[in-house]
Parts: sequence; C-alpha cells; structure tokens
Amino acid sequence: MHLYLFRLQPQSLIYCMKTVFLEFEQPIGELEAKIEELRFVQEDSAVDISQEIDRLKKKSVTLTKDIYAGLKAWQIAQVARHSQRPYLLDYIEAIFTDFEELHGDRAFADDPAIVGGMARFGGRPVMIIGHQKGRDTKDRIYRNFGQARPEGYRKALRLMRLAEKFSLPIFTFIDTPGAYPGIDAEERSQSEAIGRNLYEMAALKTPIISTIIGEGGSGGALAIAVGDATLILQYSIYSVISPEGCAAILWKTADKTSEAAETLGITATRLKALGLVDKIIPEPLGGAHRDPQTMAQSLRRALQDTLKQIDGLSVDELLARRFDRLMGYGKFKETEPN
Amino acid sequence: MSWFKKLLPPRIKRDKHNSKGSVPEGLWVKCGSCEAVLYRSDLESNFHVCPKCNHHIRVNSRTRLDGFLDPEGRFEIGSEVTPVDTLKFKDSRRYSERLEEATQNTGETDALVVVQGTLNGLPLVAAAFEFDFMGGSMGSVVGERFVRAVEAAVDQKLPFVCFLASGGARMQEGLLSLMQMAKTCAALTHLSAARLPFISVLTDPTMGGVSASFAMIGDVVIAEPNALIGFAGPRVIEQTVREVLPEGFQRSEFLLQKGAIDMIVDRRMMRERITNLLSQLTQAEAIVA
Repeated sequence: MHLYLFRLQPQSLIYCMKTVFLEFEQPIGELEAKIEELRFVQEDSAVDISQEIDRLKKKSVTLTKDIYAGLKAWQIAQVARHSQRPYLLDYIEAIFTDFEELHGDRAFADDPAIVGGMARFGGRPVMIIGHQKGRDTKDRIYRNFGQARPEGYRKALRLMRLAEKFSLPIFTFIDTPGAYPGIDAEERSQSEAIGRNLYEMAALKTPIISTIIGEGGSGGALAIAVGDATLILQYSIYSVISPEGCAAILWKTADKTSEAAETLGITATRLKALGLVDKIIPEPLGGAHRDPQTMAQSLRRALQDTLKQIDGLSVDELLARRFDRLMGYGKFKETEPN
Repeated sequence: MSWFKKLLPPRIKRDKHNSKGSVPEGLWVKCGSCEAVLYRSDLESNFHVCPKCNHHIRVNSRTRLDGFLDPEGRFEIGSEVTPVDTLKFKDSRRYSERLEEATQNTGETDALVVVQGTLNGLPLVAAAFEFDFMGGSMGSVVGERFVRAVEAAVDQKLPFVCFLASGGARMQEGLLSLMQMAKTCAALTHLSAARLPFISVLTDPTMGGVSASFAMIGDVVIAEPNALIGFAGPRVIEQTVREVLPEGFQRSEFLLQKGAIDMIVDRRMMRERITNLLSQLTQAEAIVA
C-alpha cells in the first residue's frame, strides 16, 4: 500500500531531496553547502550578503560547467546511476496523461522491475514500457533494482502485441543494470524471454521508439530496445557489459573499472559516432536530477519529433526501414572470397 | 617434411593450427569427464563422444560440420567477412593481438563458420560456432556471417541449422556486439516469413548474449547431453543470490525438465534426428544411405 502511494507522487519526492553530489562533484558540493549556509545567515543578518550569494552561485555554475565539460566515461556512468536520477514513473507523470498501468505476463507473475501501460501523449494514446528502479531501500528491493525477470520481458511483449493490435505507437524507456541473474530467472529461461523479444520486436507492426534514460545494461536493456529509433539522454550509458564486469573479466581486477568504461565506448557521444544511437537528448547542467522538469520537457520534445518522422510511414515501409536499420549494425572488413 | 615427420602416422599431425584445439592432439586422449584413456581414432569415429561415459567432448567448428554434412557438394558462406578493431580496444592486451592469436590457434578468421551442403541428401545451410576463437564470442563478423547464412537459406528456400558454442557477446567490440543479438534475430524473421525451418543445436557451452538471442527461438531447439546453457554464468548467479547452485543447474537435462528446450540428442544420432525433423517440417524426402 505504501508503495502505491509512493508511486503516485514521485516528482514531489525528487524535489524535496537535497542534491547528492558524486565524488568528482565534491568541489561543487562544498560550494553549494557554503551558499546554503550564507542563505541561512542572511535571514537574521543586518548586513546584506545577497551579492556574495549571487557571486558564489555563479561560481558554482561555472565550476559545474567546467567539471561536466571534461567528464570521463566512468564518471558519466555514475551520473547515469545517480540515486536521484529521474526514473520512468517520474517521466510518465511529467510527460504523459491518463496512464493506465497494465500488469502481469498472464503465465507466471507481475514483474515490478518493468512497468507498462497505456497513456496519452499530447492527447494521443500510446503504449509505454520501461524499466523502473526504486527510490528508497524498500522500493529498490520491490523493483529488484530495475533488473527484470523473464516474466517482466514477457509482460513487455504482451503489451507490445496489444499495442500492435490497436495501432498504438510504443515508447520504451531503458534503465537497468541488466536482466536479473538469479536461479529463478534461469529456471524460467531468461534467455528465451530476451531472445523472443528481440525476434518479435524486429517485425512488430507498429512504431517503436526506445530511449535510454539511465543505464542500458546489456541484453536486459536490448530486450525492450529494438525498434525504429534509439534515443539516449546525454549522461546515460548503454553497454554490452557493465564496466565493473568487464574489468573483472579482462583485467581480473575492479581497479580497472574506469579504463574499462573508457574503452568499452558506453557514452552517448561515442555511441552516436558509431551510429548505434540516433539522437542525444541534452541534459540540464549537472545532470537530469538537477532539473527533472526541464529534462522531462526536452525528452517530450525529442519523442514528439522522432514520432513525427516515422508516423507517416506505412507498416511495410516501417518494417523495411527497421530491418535495414538492424542489418546495418556491425563493423567488419570485406575481402575477396578465396 | 623431415624424415621423422614422415614416419609418424598421419593421425598425429603436429601442425600449429591444431595444437590448441579443444581435443588435444596425440595418439591417446584422456576423457575430461571419466578420465578414461582413449585411442584417438576410436574417439574420432565416435564423433568425439567418450565411448566409456558418453561425455560429449567439445569439437571445433570444422569437425562439427564435417561430421554433420554429407561429404559432397559443400561450400562456405561468409568467409569474405573478417573482423576489424573499431574501438581500438585494449585491456591487458590489444583486441587486434587477440584476434591474430585466435586466428593462429584455430585457423579461423572469426568464431562462426557457415557451410551450405546436404544432410542425407536434404540441401541446407549449416553454421557452427568456433569456441576456441575467443570463446566463440559474437561480434560484428559472427553477426554478419549469421545473417548471410540466413539470407542464403531464404534465397534458395533452404532450412537453416546452427550449432552453438559461445560464451556470449564479444566485449572487445562493445555495444556493436550487443546489437548483433538484435541483428541475428531480425534476420530470422525473414526465414520464418518464408516458412523455412530454423533448428538451433545448443552445445557446451551456450551462454550470455548468444544464448539470449537466436539460441532459444529455433523452431526446434536441441541440446547435446550435459551442455552448460544459460543467460548468466554460474559464478555471477552465485555471487548475486549467495546460494550454492543446485546440482545439474543450467545443464541440458535441467532445461529439458523446465521446458526450455525440445529435446536432448546424442551427437552420434544428430544427423539422423535432424534429417527426420527437417524432412517432416519441409515435407521433403531424405536419401538415407
């Protein structure tokens, strides 16, 4: 019951939280603490220190700009995983109206790590499917940290089929460390659930637009990210394996996580250069969590623009375009056959 | 060739390409499971299945296809596609060096070999993963060769059979590898639309991104006995759930019991069983010798 109430007011929760600063943001954090202190003093002070506050605020903005201009891949990964980053339900609240959540895979269970349902987007009915992480400890456990089980992917597929039947465009939102690696998930064939989605989505007769809003963790992300366009928020990541996992396997030490992140090419700009994402959606200064409303509006506009581009296509054109897009993935040499 | 090499029986070829194969070279081979010492040629004539304990020893892609297809009328598809190091990936070693070494050790240019041929007279396209090539990992080349195999099958209206043995997606190609999962599955939608069968044969091991793409969406999914098949590796699962995994977890028999695969087929019966399946699915006559 508590979770239900929480779910209805996600925005307000972000707003009342004090910004949590990451390790590499500590200078900004210190400055902000100082500003806060001065503000507190100003309230019962005879001397006007508002000028000093303004000066420090400007300094904080400049400092944030400087730090964010030179972010390393591993630092971007930390922003993508920020505990205050807006999640799917926050965006649903801010961008869509009349959301009707639909539950369950009709075979085993409902998986709270994936949320789906119908809603209106600028008045038009659409299907929304995406990963959901939890905000506090209890909620995180309930959402399994955004790691879906087979029933989650099967629920997603059921809703996609529903959207296809009623010609609703599908928006998917990706934010997961990966598909859940558990005994029960294997017993119900996590592999089949993911593979089936990739296969079915390739030929689903309705537009699919996917946005990486946080972490795009491997197969668990891709399982709801095949479609006609892939958008990515500026400080989101999308990767074949987590930097930690890659470092553990290839370097055999967690100390090399930062190097792994760099070489894996997980950031929006690297992926855009490789042609693996179509559009980067800029984030507010300091990341989406610093200004969720502005972020939501940029996301809304990007979704609107992208949908407009593929809206006029016939189903045949849409599927041919999607197929060509999928076939285009990959870099290799072609030599004369021997 | 030196006089000494000429004296050696031809079975003990010690050329470089075979020196690191799954099956160690030599006259005698020890079974990895029951440790019985077996005469090499006996093992080969038994499709590399231990005659003592039925352990299915890992075989390389060429041996696999060689034992599966009819000897006549084979030709390879997709060998013109070769890998590039797009990300300039470097961990303790460069990706380009790893590729070079894998090529030297296996004689292959990447981890998938595709051959068109016949099976008891039934024409088909068959592919097999080379596990010794960087753990059979799927990067851009594996994806592209897979797609070309499917295209050839669609163009000539042939069934497609794929033997899997892979650790998953190839980390050294980053997200390009992940996208091969979507690419290969998308290609299969065309095979399906043409009503042509896809049979996937899961061999030891079939894990990660390869398992979680086309492996489980075969019209018929077959596994060899006791193969490790799953999405997440046993170690990762153990670390996540902090429990000891049950006996036989993620093995073929476990998957069959859970309803994830259609059947377990002994390698020595593979030709016969797939011939039977294909001839029924396509209503074609096989020529059984």
